[in-house]
Amino acid sequence: MATSFENLPVDDDEFDEADIDFTDLEEQYQVRLDEGLDAFVVIDGLPVVPDDSKAKLVKFVLRKLNSVGKVKDDGVFMPVNDDGKTEGYAFVEYNAASEAIAAVKQLNGTPLDKKHTMAVNKLTDIDRYGREGRIDEEYKAPEIEPFQQKEHLRSWLGDPEGRDQMVMFRGDKVGVFWNNKEEGPDAVVDRENWTESFVQWSPQGTFLTSIHAQGVQLWGGKAWSRQKRFAHPGVNLVDFSPTEKYITTWSHRPLQVDENHPVPSLSLEDDGKNYVIWDVATGKPLRSFTTIDVPTSTDAEGNPVKKKMQWPTFKWSSDDQYVARMTQGLSIAVYELPRMNLLDKTSIKIEGVMDFEWAPALPKRDGIKTYEQLLCFWTPELGSNPAKVGLMTIPTKEIVRTRNLFNVSDVKLHWQSDAAYVCVKVDRHSKSKKSMATNLEIFRVREKGVPVEVVENLSGKDAVINFAWEPKGNRFVLITAGEIPAQSAVPPKTAVLFFAPEKIKGGAVGNFRHIRTIDKKNSNAIYWSPKGRFVVVATLQSQQSFDLDFWDLSFEKPKDEKDEKEKDLNATLQLMATAEHYGVTDIEWDPTGRYVATVASAFRHHMENGYHMYDFKGTLLREEATERFKQLIWRPRPPTLLSKEEQAEIRKNLRNYSRVFDEQDLAKKNTANRQVVEARRRALQEWLAWRESMVEMLKDEGAEIELNGGHLQTEYDGEVEEIEEIVEEIIEETEEVIG
Amino acid sequence: MRPILLSGHERALTQVKYNSDGDIIFSVSKDHVVCAWFSHNGERLGTYHGHQGALWTVDVDPTSTLLATGGADNTLRLWEVKSGKLLKTWEFATSIKRAEFSADGRQLLGVTEKRSGHLSTIVVYEINPDPEAEQTDEQSLRIVCDESKATVAGFSYLAHYIIAGHEDGSVSQYDAKSGELLYNNSEAHEPDMQVTDLQWSPDRTYFITASKDKTAKIFAADSLEVLKTYTTDTPLNSAAITPVKDYVILGGGQAAMDVTTTSARQGKFEARFYHKVFQEEIGRVRGHFGPLNYVAVHPQGTGYCSGSEDGYVRVHHFDKPYFDFMYEVEREHAQANL
Repeated sequence: MATSFENLPVDDDEFDEADIDFTDLEEQYQVRLDEGLDAFVVIDGLPVVPDDSKAKLVKFVLRKLNSVGKVKDDGVFMPVNDDGKTEGYAFVEYNAASEAIAAVKQLNGTPLDKKHTMAVNKLTDIDRYGREGRIDEEYKAPEIEPFQQKEHLRSWLGDPEGRDQMVMFRGDKVGVFWNNKEEGPDAVVDRENWTESFVQWSPQGTFLTSIHAQGVQLWGGKAWSRQKRFAHPGVNLVDFSPTEKYITTWSHRPLQVDENHPVPSLSLEDDGKNYVIWDVATGKPLRSFTTIDVPTSTDAEGNPVKKKMQWPTFKWSSDDQYVARMTQGLSIAVYELPRMNLLDKTSIKIEGVMDFEWAPALPKRDGIKTYEQLLCFWTPELGSNPAKVGLMTIPTKEIVRTRNLFNVSDVKLHWQSDAAYVCVKVDRHSKSKKSMATNLEIFRVREKGVPVEVVENLSGKDAVINFAWEPKGNRFVLITAGEIPAQSAVPPKTAVLFFAPEKIKGGAVGNFRHIRTIDKKNSNAIYWSPKGRFVVVATLQSQQSFDLDFWDLSFEKPKDEKDEKEKDLNATLQLMATAEHYGVTDIEWDPTGRYVATVASAFRHHMENGYHMYDFKGTLLREEATERFKQLIWRPRPPTLLSKEEQAEIRKNLRNYSRVFDEQDLAKKNTANRQVVEARRRALQEWLAWRESMVEMLKDEGAEIELNGGHLQTEYDGEVEEIEEIVEEIIEETEEVIG
Repeated sequence: MRPILLSGHERALTQVKYNSDGDIIFSVSKDHVVCAWFSHNGERLGTYHGHQGALWTVDVDPTSTLLATGGADNTLRLWEVKSGKLLKTWEFATSIKRAEFSADGRQLLGVTEKRSGHLSTIVVYEINPDPEAEQTDEQSLRIVCDESKATVAGFSYLAHYIIAGHEDGSVSQYDAKSGELLYNNSEAHEPDMQVTDLQWSPDRTYFITASKDKTAKIFAADSLEVLKTYTTDTPLNSAAITPVKDYVILGGGQAAMDVTTTSARQGKFEARFYHKVFQEEIGRVRGHFGPLNYVAVHPQGTGYCSGSEDGYVRVHHFDKPYFDFMYEVEREHAQANL
């Protein structure tokens, strides 16, 4: 039944609409009417000239004005005052409103001569902002806010127990927790709807980033207050520069910034852009960019190949001095910070460039004393020219090393974390393009002349699907996969290969040698401890297997068990533990390399979401299942402030330090146990007391059956008849005639 | 001890019950047949034929003379345990979801389903314990559940109250004489998470409920106060309280309709043992490959059995470690009482 107006309750509260003060709303929702004056602009800052030279001035100004549009005939009105002089301003009418807007955009602030700078504004704007009452006649000095002590952004590093923090995003809740050794994590802060899509730490752990429809927010300090806001409507991804000075935001939708859609701190120039690079300290945008479309290519059957966007698109040099973006196949544009100007005002042309990577640390090349950054890039075969991998210095743009490669189908660039090596993984096809093979070309960046070492024939024809350097070390792990049998739903078996350099005299790094291959695995992911030495090889995003293998590459074996093969290598390999985490999607080492968290994230599937916590040697410490568990990310730590000597000193006296922590752990464990026991004792006592009261009550009520545990009191109690049953089973019957 | 697999049913089990001596297990299933089994060796004692639809519920009176069953054929039936003779059929407009005798066996309640214009009701009949006698057609009590349909119900100690669990997750207390609603604990379980089971402690002063909200809770029968909560990671279908040892057994698993899409591991088809007082999980028993629809405990606490969607009943007898296991504080208490 539809409600009719007659049934509606009559509003009998009498009030006069005129009594309500709507001025605030009117101001807020003031509609800009099309006044027909949109084609007019006001020119200010013109020289004051006598009437007779007015025509000359108008002609001069018109030349400027006509550069952006067509001024109407007789469209310039320059009033003359009583003294016969112009007033220094003029009204100009263009043919179209769009031309007027262009004039404001481009001509405002144009210098006319040394003394005069032209100000161009829309007439409607003058009316809107310059109307009487809107501008205070008297100058008021801007108020400078008193200095306010900000929170310490790195207070978490001062935890007396040396614990690490992690952020967990589950359901709609985001919380930051202390990770404890024995018991579950302690919440530091836990908020509903803190982010709309995901959370992210800044690379040194100072800020927690939350993503919203309106933009990005940074949080930090002890109170987890908002530190910065970057308005970027529809933002999809963010990326920090390595030292947290800058942040890049990206949205697949071009920014819409105009008068009707103002965005705080963005200007009309940012309209239509996808990327914005911001200064974190000021919260102001530095420069914005549009997405460069990757040229669409087609595969062998003519279907368009779906190109994945490279992220981060803007890649930072390790010290935040430069940021670079590649236009695939053409050039790399390097911008200098903090001005964000193009280095030498031109991008670096590299024909065919497919990918590039900055050195992740300041490179230390043999014999080079001056400051330089390195970037490594590769180009495919073009016509009769071979494919190339090159190393280029920035800002000198000098190519320090190139290497020609043949029959290349794909190349991946892997820098070692100290920028000591760059490993180029080259997928080659045979002449017939039927079979594939992979080899590694390792550039030894620190050695004289950057020699290249080639590691070939990695388990025959198998393709290398993953590769990872030991952080701060010189060993690496790679995974190869066999060919996928046609029409097979089962992914091919993989093999895990470990490599280490040979021991040579004088402590230099020898040639890379294969240590061991682990065959018939399903593993596809490699996660090194951030401190090196330990590595987790795992199977992720698989339907069938969820293995986690914890390896130690510097295991101290008893003397007699030493492997002959490993004697002259810089590694002793040992599998410490194997674990399984059903549905694992992500693996995260804590920044100190003590713990490994494995996550089954609801971003990927909805089965047994939650996380497991392991120590570095693969012992399961804790498992927690939480519905709609999405993210667990350790809070990164900034680089240590201790000098090399101080670190060595600590390592030497580790025993003394660890004793203190062991005692703390023991004390904590004891109190925790005591508390648990105490709580149980209390629970038991309460329960028994309650039971006793219930039994009393039943007795009072005469509930005999209930007191008897639900059995009826039978009348012939005591006269129990015992029946004995003898079962005889004849197994076999044989008849024998005797004699 | 190895569990005994009772594989006499052709379809999903819906309820299993021990008699008060614990020597016989009664099981009902969606295959329309009631079975009786010897609990010590799993041998089948007999079957009760007559129902025309899936069976939802079974209960036996304290003297093991009479058996009540109810099912989707809209009937509540009374059988003689010994002979398998059908003694009485009560017909209803909708199916019977739960049948239960009072502690003295002189009253029987039935819970009817809500469907097509019929509200869910709880009906009570006076029962004559003599199998030869004529049973009454007259309902001694009829409670209409108009708020949310009742899914489970039972008599408290001395048949003072009727406690019912509802589809909306609430638990309510009725006067068993007048049928008056005394109290409704609407925060018993998560809102709109069905209460799937309600089983009594031996003296019927407290009871345990299981719910789709993945928790089981112990309530006091008179105050409906939540005494204990057991949190699991899967929707629960059943919960039972063990005599002798202070444990509870919870059963459940992924909803039956989703089972084919997941592996047995995913389904969590395990019986879970929790400590009744400390609310901590102490063990799990695997074996079923479908969700557990009902768990029943031997009245003397020497074993338990579970009926599952997979069509099997598994009968377990507890081993010595089960009885020996004690928490530190329990041991202290036991020694103090020596």
